[in-house]
Amino acid sequence: MSLLEIEDLVVHFDTDAGPVQAVDGVGLNVEAGEIIGLVGESGSGKSVTGLAILGLIRPPGRIVRGAVRFEGNDIVGMTEAQRRGYRGRRIALVPQSPRTSLNPVITVGEQIARLSRLHGGASRGDAMKRAISLMEQVGIPDAGAKARQYPHQLSGGTCQRIMVAMALTSEPRLLIADEPTTGLDVSIAARILDLLRDVCVRTGSSIILITHDLGVVAETCDRVAVMHGGQLVEAAAVRDLFRHPSHPYTRALVASIPRIDADIELMPIPGAVPSLLRPPPGCRYAGRCDLVMGRCRIARPPLVTIGAGHMAACFATGAP
Amino acid sequence: MADMGSPDGSLARRMAFPALRLARRNPVSFVAAVVLLLLVVIAVLAPWIVPFGPDDTDPTTALAGPCWPHLFGTDIYGRDELSRILYAARVDLAVPLASTAIALLIGCAIGMLAGYRGGWLDMLVMRAVDAVLAFPALVLAMGLAAALGNGLGSLIVVIAITQVPTYLRLMRAEILRAREMEYAEAAVTIGNPVRRILLLHLLPNCIPPLIVQATLATGFALLTMATLSFLGLGIQPPASEWGEMTAEGAGQMVTGEWWLFVFPGLAIMVAVLSFNLIGDAVRDILDPRMRGVR
Amino acid sequence: MSFGWYVLKRLALVIPTLFGVTLISFLLTVLLPGNPALVKAGPFATPAYVKEVEHQMGLDRPVPVQYERYMLGLAHGDLGESAATGRPVLQDFMQRLPATLELTLASLLLAIIFGVPLGVVSALHREKLIDHFGRVIAVAGVALPSFWTGLLLIYVFFYLLGIAPPPLGRLASDIPPPTHLTGLYVVDSILTGNGPALWSSLAHLALPAFTLAISIMAPLARMVRSTMLETLVSDYVKAAWAAGLPARRIIYGDALRNALIPVVTTLGVLFGFLMAGNAVVESVFAWPGIGNYAVTALMTKDSAPIQSFVLFVAVMYVVVNFAVDVAYGLADPRIRLS
Repeated sequence: MSLLEIEDLVVHFDTDAGPVQAVDGVGLNVEAGEIIGLVGESGSGKSVTGLAILGLIRPPGRIVRGAVRFEGNDIVGMTEAQRRGYRGRRIALVPQSPRTSLNPVITVGEQIARLSRLHGGASRGDAMKRAISLMEQVGIPDAGAKARQYPHQLSGGTCQRIMVAMALTSEPRLLIADEPTTGLDVSIAARILDLLRDVCVRTGSSIILITHDLGVVAETCDRVAVMHGGQLVEAAAVRDLFRHPSHPYTRALVASIPRIDADIELMPIPGAVPSLLRPPPGCRYAGRCDLVMGRCRIARPPLVTIGAGHMAACFATGAP
Repeated sequence: MADMGSPDGSLARRMAFPALRLARRNPVSFVAAVVLLLLVVIAVLAPWIVPFGPDDTDPTTALAGPCWPHLFGTDIYGRDELSRILYAARVDLAVPLASTAIALLIGCAIGMLAGYRGGWLDMLVMRAVDAVLAFPALVLAMGLAAALGNGLGSLIVVIAITQVPTYLRLMRAEILRAREMEYAEAAVTIGNPVRRILLLHLLPNCIPPLIVQATLATGFALLTMATLSFLGLGIQPPASEWGEMTAEGAGQMVTGEWWLFVFPGLAIMVAVLSFNLIGDAVRDILDPRMRGVR
Repeated sequence: MSFGWYVLKRLALVIPTLFGVTLISFLLTVLLPGNPALVKAGPFATPAYVKEVEHQMGLDRPVPVQYERYMLGLAHGDLGESAATGRPVLQDFMQRLPATLELTLASLLLAIIFGVPLGVVSALHREKLIDHFGRVIAVAGVALPSFWTGLLLIYVFFYLLGIAPPPLGRLASDIPPPTHLTGLYVVDSILTGNGPALWSSLAHLALPAFTLAISIMAPLARMVRSTMLETLVSDYVKAAWAAGLPARRIIYGDALRNALIPVVTTLGVLFGFLMAGNAVVESVFAWPGIGNYAVTALMTKDSAPIQSFVLFVAVMYVVVNFAVDVAYGLADPRIRLS
């Protein structure tokens, strides 16, 4: 049994103009101790998938069908009270924009400590000690003094480390890191990624790393899942994905990475993600694909295994 | 930026359609507009439509509760309350409207000047505005009314003075905003035409917030005037005015004649409410950007 | 220290405003009818004596010189004399101030107790029935003349239901005021354990405080609603949800805590409305405060109290808003700590 099993997840957002099909039939497994990258452009549904795992899909969003099984228990079917038992405890989120994700009027130390008190029932003093210890673990120097400061007094990198520390408070089995490097300096970002890898190794917890940046994925992840238009189009081990990308979208993504060692043209991907309000029938990448066939616009290509641990959903390159 | 294009003709047309749509979508504001219109009509036609003369006394029917033909009852002199209330609409609408109009003119003029000229004049004006705004409007009105007397004219002036800072600030803010654009335009145009562009483009852009502010301020002006009259500083008896009538009615409360204070006060509230609701509606029509968090 | 600059900047604006306020008040004294020399000279003075007093008071000097004397007088607490009471206005003020203070504080408390929850509930149940109900109350509340509200409350609760005492002051006529510690009858009664006085003063305070509270409750509730709506969709609230914090904690601990900070500045503005409303409400309820004092002076054209009241209110407004700004700076760590 995998740590996390997502099966045929479908999430819609109800708007005045109709339902927006944000996630359409995504299936994914996460094993213990592995780091999985969830890659895609904005609008690909990767963040919504992350929210679904946390049980945070609220109106106007709703889970139309599918299962999200964590340690064998389906989160979709749980009550809010039950989900709260998992959130922050067994599954933790490291949110985007660390500065604004911290309460501006509470000291950072207290923000970590109160989670200790909430999840672990620790006393005030113990909770603060643990908070400072966590801050040290995530590599914040002079943690004791920093704990008494407010978010606006700390750098972006430090805030991001605080978010990681908050997520680690109750030793979760699964971490969901949503764009952990966006907005950070390249060097700081690299260190945050090191931190995440380190956490995974030390604690044995799994990490789902949601990002639009393939470079981040190459650096940190064991496996990668690529999403486009709310659908999963390819999943593989990192090396396989970069060496033998199968789906045209993945190929385009890999090709669009700027290279410092060769003088090649930048290759942007033409077109844009199709409307999720009235998505086209068939493959959602058809409008942008250079290998598109007639069949692609009519039927949706299924996700098929094309190699060891390597799946892709494409009529042209994958499915028979 | 809400671009109103050429004034007058197209403005009116652009207002008609949204107005009808808004009437269906926002029935409350529509009702408010109707009520206000009704009040204005009543005020204008008062001398002809009142069932009794507002000053006709009749001791035999004194202190009668609501009945027929005195739908709102009578006062201690036997005067018909309904007639007095209808008649008072003239003063209670005219004074706020007049003071708003005067305040608009003066406030906009000074605001434009201060914003355009800048420098020490602007600083002086702004300090003065801050000082005036430190006085709550009613308190300032009380002091000024005591100083300038009870006449209708002085009342209008007093209330106008309390409103001037608001329009002044608004106008000045718009001018300052336009001046920022002016520097871009200055690169293209030379000398005088800039000033004309300023006026031609600027004024239409100022109108929406000014109208909204003016509508809301008229309601507040009405409250101020009624309160001043209630305290004995405004319109004096035997002239009818809602605030003053409420004060008279208050004296009769202990003997149970509730209609003498309830109805005049209700009239004030209905009128102010209508102004406020219309102000909100006007804001929605003319500048959806200003709707904010409702 | 940035907070120091913050305070200094605010102070720099306050000083010229206060000067402007005194200037306007002075102009008012010039415009107000009545000759203060006549008042001072007394009812038996001969015209020659009055002229003598005028010279003494500097009323025959040019206006700028008079302004100087006026300012000097203010610095010494000389607010003139009341023609009605024959006493220095400052003395009358000091005697009556506690009553106004008690009424103002009680109204503020009531407005907060009812207004803030209404705002929070409206924000939490946006667009539902309670929110629309709240909006109706807000719009109607602003249109209500406070004197009418007061009269209505008196009619219903005193005349019809008989549960409120007659609106004739702060205490029933047969109960002596409690020992003077603060001048606030409710507080003094509690401090001295004076049961009958406590009960009576509360009963008399209820209606006028409610009347005044109603006029500011609505804008306060709308402001709370507005700031709450903003904080409820903020990133840190979303992060708090994700961290598994219980709903109640998030709403009251995180969202509300941040939402109330800007509301503090609204209180400063509402204070101005309160001071204005005081005059009216004290009048309606025969409350022996400075508002009533000023209104009575208005009727009798007693100019010194009128212009002192106007000055006092303006100065209070400026001072309170300055204090509110400082409090805001203290409450928000982003301002308090560079």
